[in-house]
Amino acid sequence: MDFWNTLRLALRALARNKLRSSLTMLGIIIGVGAVIATVSIGQGAEYLVQQGIQSMGTNAVFIAAGSGRPGGARMGFWAVKTLTIDDMNAIVREVPLIREAAPAVVGRVQVVYQNQNWNTGITGTTPNYFRIRNWPVQAGSIFGQDEVDSAANVCLLGTTVSRILFGEENPVGKQIRIGQLPFRVVGVLESKGQSVMGDDQDDRIFAPYTTVQRKISGITWIQFINASAISREASTAAVAPITALLRERHRIRPGEDEDFFVRTQSDVADLADQTQRVMTLLLGSIASVSLLVGGIGIMNIMLVSVTERTREIGVRMAVGATESDVQMQFLVEAVALSMSGGLVGIIVGLIGSALISNFLAWPTLISVKAIITAAIFSVAVGIFFGFYPARKAAQLDPIEALRYE
Amino acid sequence: MTNPKGPSVEESAAATMEPSAITSLDGAVIHLENVHKTYDLGEVQVHALRGVSLEIAASEFVAVMGASGSGKSTLMNILGCLDRPTRGRYLLEGTDVSQLSKVELARISNRKLGFVFQQFNLLARTSALENVELPTVYAGLTPQERELRARESLERVGLADRAQHYPSQLSGGQQQRVAIARALVNRPAILLADEPTGNLDSHTAVEIMDILQRLNQEEGLTVVLVTHEHDIAQYARRALEFRDGKLQRDAPVRDRWVAREVLPTLPSLDEEDAEDAAK
Ligand SMILES: Nc1ncnc2c1ncn2[C@@H]1O[C@H](COP(=O)(O)OP(=O)(O)O)[C@@H](O)[C@H]1O
Ligand SMILES: [Mg+2]
Repeated sequence: MDFWNTLRLALRALARNKLRSSLTMLGIIIGVGAVIATVSIGQGAEYLVQQGIQSMGTNAVFIAAGSGRPGGARMGFWAVKTLTIDDMNAIVREVPLIREAAPAVVGRVQVVYQNQNWNTGITGTTPNYFRIRNWPVQAGSIFGQDEVDSAANVCLLGTTVSRILFGEENPVGKQIRIGQLPFRVVGVLESKGQSVMGDDQDDRIFAPYTTVQRKISGITWIQFINASAISREASTAAVAPITALLRERHRIRPGEDEDFFVRTQSDVADLADQTQRVMTLLLGSIASVSLLVGGIGIMNIMLVSVTERTREIGVRMAVGATESDVQMQFLVEAVALSMSGGLVGIIVGLIGSALISNFLAWPTLISVKAIITAAIFSVAVGIFFGFYPARKAAQLDPIEALRYE
Repeated sequence: MTNPKGPSVEESAAATMEPSAITSLDGAVIHLENVHKTYDLGEVQVHALRGVSLEIAASEFVAVMGASGSGKSTLMNILGCLDRPTRGRYLLEGTDVSQLSKVELARISNRKLGFVFQQFNLLARTSALENVELPTVYAGLTPQERELRARESLERVGLADRAQHYPSQLSGGQQQRVAIARALVNRPAILLADEPTGNLDSHTAVEIMDILQRLNQEEGLTVVLVTHEHDIAQYARRALEFRDGKLQRDAPVRDRWVAREVLPTLPSLDEEDAEDAAK
């Protein structure tokens, strides 16, 4: 018997017991659906993390005031006053692996343009910050070193701030107020999207660090240093000399906790990798358990079906069906069952991830690989769990089968 | 039908020829030679057939008679290639069936043999047309050929107008006619019917016999029919009587009945009309 006939026969047999077929498929549907949805959520998360890692800059080394160790004495970067611009200059001067560095002084400010009002973050820094973080302007230009030296009232806008304050208008050259002070907008940065932590990096304005220190925050220290190493390997290798240098400069005795911490891009990437691995393992277990359960369900229903249709099998054999005809018929039926389950599962998973990204504002990324894998696995489950019942059907004795009540 | 020299000629031929190359010398379509069938049930052995030898020529109409348990169905299963003899030889149109593989056997029962059962054995929730098509599916015909053959076959049993009916919508006699149409669809040479009238009332039984007689007479179909009713055996040309797995009597039917002539004399049940009215 040819394949199309077998397939038609199988689909008809399944359509005959719609409720039973759907219930049997449910295991596969749930399994495949859950995997497709979680994979696309996970891929969305990974995409964010990758974006975040990229957005840290090239061969980035990140130094923050405060304690990064969860177990140690916790001190936020805002409470620690020991990190200074001199520390940064010392690092660039004395650690050859570091090519350049930019400071960051952060705070929250109220910005006003005409009748538009917005509360956002401000980062005070130097012009090379934008080179270290690969963050060009889309309009205007970055402020210069002389504006840093003179603590000028100039600023750059992130795209979110620009959109909120100016809408379609070009902000370059316009005057805004930050707190009580007037600032001139010199440029608008390109959009950078979300950070590793998931916050909007474009909801931020940038000004010379001297301006922020003296006129906005009223402090003399800095909170972060964004440095760039000469190579990827160098970024990891630079952690030890930087740590040693800062310990010495901050006069931290051996055994005492540091009042700063150093992270590299690869640290973050490693963490992300690890998270991804755990996620994959988790997904894999969910998938295999549910496919196993679904497969057993299929086997069960196929065994029932073979028993119920013993007479039909006898008739088919009596009119010329060979063992392989019968085996094929039931195998195709099992595969049709599992594959339909897989297809419905894929659709359910896609709808599920669309809903999640809609209502939870979580980006999801459809994984073609996951869809293909799910499809292949659901077919494999059908073949594996359908084989035994089909074999049983094929090995029925036609005489016995015809006599079966 | 007895051939006194038969066995010895066959045996000497077997010694010099490939077994599968042996062809029946007298043109018999069915040739059984000392066929035994023993069911081994562990503790006991059931001898369902004990040394049956017989020949059936093309276009014969044979009734197989005997009490329940005498081995009639066992014989039919062997004739139909659903089962193999424990001992002895079965030549079907000259081919030694015991030499064939399962796939070849399935092919033979598909092309050369048609089966009719006591319980009709139609597939439920499947139209009459598709039930009749079933053997053609395994013969590898195209969908167009299949439908053409099936309609033609239904016409031969007078059920062309019931093609789309399900078995549950048909009377017993109609179901058995669908089963006959199914048996005929691959144009077999031999029709094997195991108590085809066993579940039917006497009027319907004669109608079925009418169909079988006409197929035999007009188209030369070889018919082997199992029955334990003498009234049914009277429609055959030759009767075999089995007892305890042995062929006890083999004789032509005397005063053979013709179903077409008997039918008008029976009290008309108008079974079909009554059924149609009930719908
Ligand atoms: N599969 C089987 N296993 C064991 N014994 C069987 C089997 N089939 C038939 N028999 C026995 O073989 C004998 C002949 O059976 P059968 O050919 O069905 O008789 P009939 O059709 O004439 O009533 C009976 O005694 C029956 O019990
Ligand atoms: Mg019987």
